[in-house]
Amino acid sequence: MATVTLKDVRKKFGDVEIIKGVSLEVLDREFVVFVGPSGCGKSTLLRLVAGLEEITSGDVLIDGQRVNDVSPAARGLAMVFQSYALYPHMSVSENMGFSLRLARVPREERAKKVMAAARILQLEPLLERKPRQLSGGQRQRVAIGRAIVRNPKVFLFDEPLSNLDAALRVQMRVELTRLHDALQTTMIYVTHDQVEAMTLADKIVVLQAGVIEQVGSPMELFHHPDNLFVAGFIGSPKMNFLRTGARNVGEGVARVTLPGGSELAVPIEQGALREGAPLTLGVRPEHIALAAGGQVRGEVLVVERLGASTLLHVRVEGGDLLTVHTDGECPVHMHDQVALSLPPDRVHLFDERGQALARPVRHPLADARVRGPAGGVA
Amino acid sequence: MSTEASQVPAGTARAGWNLAASGGRMPPIRAMKLPSIVLLVAWSVIPLAMTLWFSFQHFNLLEAERHFSGWENYKYLLTDDALAAAVVNTLELVAWVLLITVGLGTLLAVLFDQDFWGRGPARVLMLAPFFVMPTVSALIWKNLLMHPVNGLFGYLMQSVGLQPIDWFADLPLTAIIIMVAWQWLPFATLILLTSVQALDPERKEAARMDGAGPFSMFFFIIVPHLARSIGVVIMIEMLFLLSIFAEIFVTTSGGPGNASTNLPFLIYRYALLDFDVGGASAGGVLAIILANIVAIFLMRSLSKSIET
Amino acid sequence: MNRTLRRKAITTVVAWIVALLIFFPIIWMLLASFKTEIEAVATPPRLIFTPTLENYRDVAFGRANYLHCAWNSIYLSVGSTVLALLIAVPASYAMAFFPTRKTKDLMLWMLSTKFMPAVGVLVPIYLIFRDTGLLDVATGLLLVYTLVNLPIVVWMLYSFFKEVPPEILEAGRMDGAHARDELLLLLLPLALPGIASTALLSIILSWNEAFWSLNLTGPTAAPLTYYIASFSSPEGLFWAKLSAASTLAIAPIVIFGWLSQRQLVRGLTFGAVK
Repeated sequence: MATVTLKDVRKKFGDVEIIKGVSLEVLDREFVVFVGPSGCGKSTLLRLVAGLEEITSGDVLIDGQRVNDVSPAARGLAMVFQSYALYPHMSVSENMGFSLRLARVPREERAKKVMAAARILQLEPLLERKPRQLSGGQRQRVAIGRAIVRNPKVFLFDEPLSNLDAALRVQMRVELTRLHDALQTTMIYVTHDQVEAMTLADKIVVLQAGVIEQVGSPMELFHHPDNLFVAGFIGSPKMNFLRTGARNVGEGVARVTLPGGSELAVPIEQGALREGAPLTLGVRPEHIALAAGGQVRGEVLVVERLGASTLLHVRVEGGDLLTVHTDGECPVHMHDQVALSLPPDRVHLFDERGQALARPVRHPLADARVRGPAGGVA
Repeated sequence: MSTEASQVPAGTARAGWNLAASGGRMPPIRAMKLPSIVLLVAWSVIPLAMTLWFSFQHFNLLEAERHFSGWENYKYLLTDDALAAAVVNTLELVAWVLLITVGLGTLLAVLFDQDFWGRGPARVLMLAPFFVMPTVSALIWKNLLMHPVNGLFGYLMQSVGLQPIDWFADLPLTAIIIMVAWQWLPFATLILLTSVQALDPERKEAARMDGAGPFSMFFFIIVPHLARSIGVVIMIEMLFLLSIFAEIFVTTSGGPGNASTNLPFLIYRYALLDFDVGGASAGGVLAIILANIVAIFLMRSLSKSIET
Repeated sequence: MNRTLRRKAITTVVAWIVALLIFFPIIWMLLASFKTEIEAVATPPRLIFTPTLENYRDVAFGRANYLHCAWNSIYLSVGSTVLALLIAVPASYAMAFFPTRKTKDLMLWMLSTKFMPAVGVLVPIYLIFRDTGLLDVATGLLLVYTLVNLPIVVWMLYSFFKEVPPEILEAGRMDGAHARDELLLLLLPLALPGIASTALLSIILSWNEAFWSLNLTGPTAAPLTYYIASFSSPEGLFWAKLSAASTLAIAPIVIFGWLSQRQLVRGLTFGAVK
């Protein structure tokens, strides 16, 4: 069992509080991703779990045991650093076997464990090389191999893919997913890239300014963001936001104004929403359709053709700019006049504090199990 | 939570340590720093205090009596012709050597930054004088080069019909200046060359695209870039040049008269030739004050460049 | 010839002329060391001559006090360097990896002790040495050299330690390294080139030191600086041998200087120039 629990963890550097009371449960064998913009504290949080930074207040528990004062190695953790942090003066096999050497493990056993890890990551031909003779991707695999050799309870990853080029990143994402499946170990992963978060995670923790904004599965965050920040952070291209107001509130329905004057009836859960309250309307680019009878009219400013899909940047009546994500065959040109249709059941409403108004019907994927019996998503 | 950790400024914790990481035991940081601190405090404070104390004493190693004499040493020092001469000589020496080493050094730095054949070996030759012991270099110049009868310079001058210069009799300070400048030129060149090589090649290319020729390049791009390093070179050289001793000791012994006596040599003379401890100490205080003036500026500059 | 090639050729000629001019006094001494005494003082000075090793033989094997002084130089430079390293390594380690708000001030203060002119404390040091019987004792001078070089050694080690990426040491901690393991297995191997340069600079500075070595020593403790200085009264018959002695005295240091020139900039400018 390898669970990690954070209880009201706070971290101060001098007078500045970087982590402001974070509580979190990581279940056994879960792949949890901490994601957020730079400076949100995700790396600091990871380092607190690792034991490389001291906790100002709060508790970190691993398998139910409080580990605040336990050294990193004794916590049963292994970490893969952003810059790989390989020992430059040691060969690949020495790098991977270093922790065993420190633990005074005899040489044959060391060699066996290093070889086993090397096999998983296809590092056998590189074992005698020094880090400076390796490419970025190879160094990264050695860093992962070094962690695997330790057979830790929890793997920690600190933005491991950010120093790799785009093509390699895609490849490594796949490898990391398969690695998690093969090793069946708890993993905590930090990144600023929401694509990595979406593709790798069983559970995503979105952080901003030292505070958790939302915790949930990728689909949950995508379809049911709790607030404006999460809604704008998850999903690429970014969700479109329009300022609007509740013109009419009825039974489980809020009528809101769209640019150009027409109205949209959005199903919401029964709750206290007063007439005329200012709201923000959020709609994802892929949910907007080009339809002759669409409620919103505008002019296409820019057309970006990606081949498999097309991005249209449309200036609608009232001056707002909407991004529309449509298929690759779209025949629209720059300066065309188009009509856009917004689906009421895919649209999000956020109140004046940025909180999402709950929707009565939840998306089926949002609550589904992502992985089979081995994975752990609530 | 340890008190050491709570003193860590923000951002430096990465390179630091903490109780959790070391399994509860901090390395003995204070103890590790202590020997250096204690030794340097002793080295800097005790002798300084003693010099100050002696400067107010009538203390001569040849006399049995020693008594407090107030400002007498200072009064005597400041009215001594030798001191005036020494201070002037010191400043002249420093000024000329700075001019030669920094001026030529800048040009040499630009020269050695260029690509040419055998740049490595040429650089080794150019740097060599700095690593020659001052006493050796003094003797090379005195006996092999500047000696009016047997030296090379004398011969060269004679062969074009000129009277050889008796450097150490007629132009003693100039001779010292030449010697010291020769020794320190590589220092200035090395520092400035390092700085020139750090100049971003894209800056130079952009200037070339804008039509800069070699002179414009030198005055508008290179010299401003070097400004800070030149400042550092000047300050550090000044500190060391104020203390030039061996060259004078070996060649002129400050003579003829006081013509090539600088402040350090004068103090040495008072202390170990006249055995006037009190007077030498007063002179020492003066030397320290002079050095501190330069040091203050240097410290300010270093304070900016040292990152913790 | 195209433009760049011609420019390179001109630069080569100019630069080599300059380099040879600067190096010339050393060449002249080198030549003198291979001449007989008579040839050495002959006018016109001879460029073509039959070289002889008699001067070197005389100096190296004939003069006991030369060898004695050479040994003193070695003892003083190496000894003071080792001592300085022993004192400085823990201090630099502590300052580089456990910085406090006062660390920068501490470093600046240490460097400032180097700015004190030696002549300002000549009197007390001389008197202390005289009264404790350390005058003309090599170990006394060794202590002075250690103290004089300590600030630079601490500073250089500190700057080299800081260049070790902290993540590597953190990875070591994650792997289970305690302070001793970290120091011996990770830090020292990585910082070794820096430590070597620091040692070289300290040796160079001690070997060439020409103030304390001239005032605090006598026949017993004299290093080569003193030995050479004792020939300051011109006696024509000794010049060739003097040249040989001088060449031997400076050769190792000129080589050391060449080897570590890049790293020296850091130590010589106290880090103000990078």
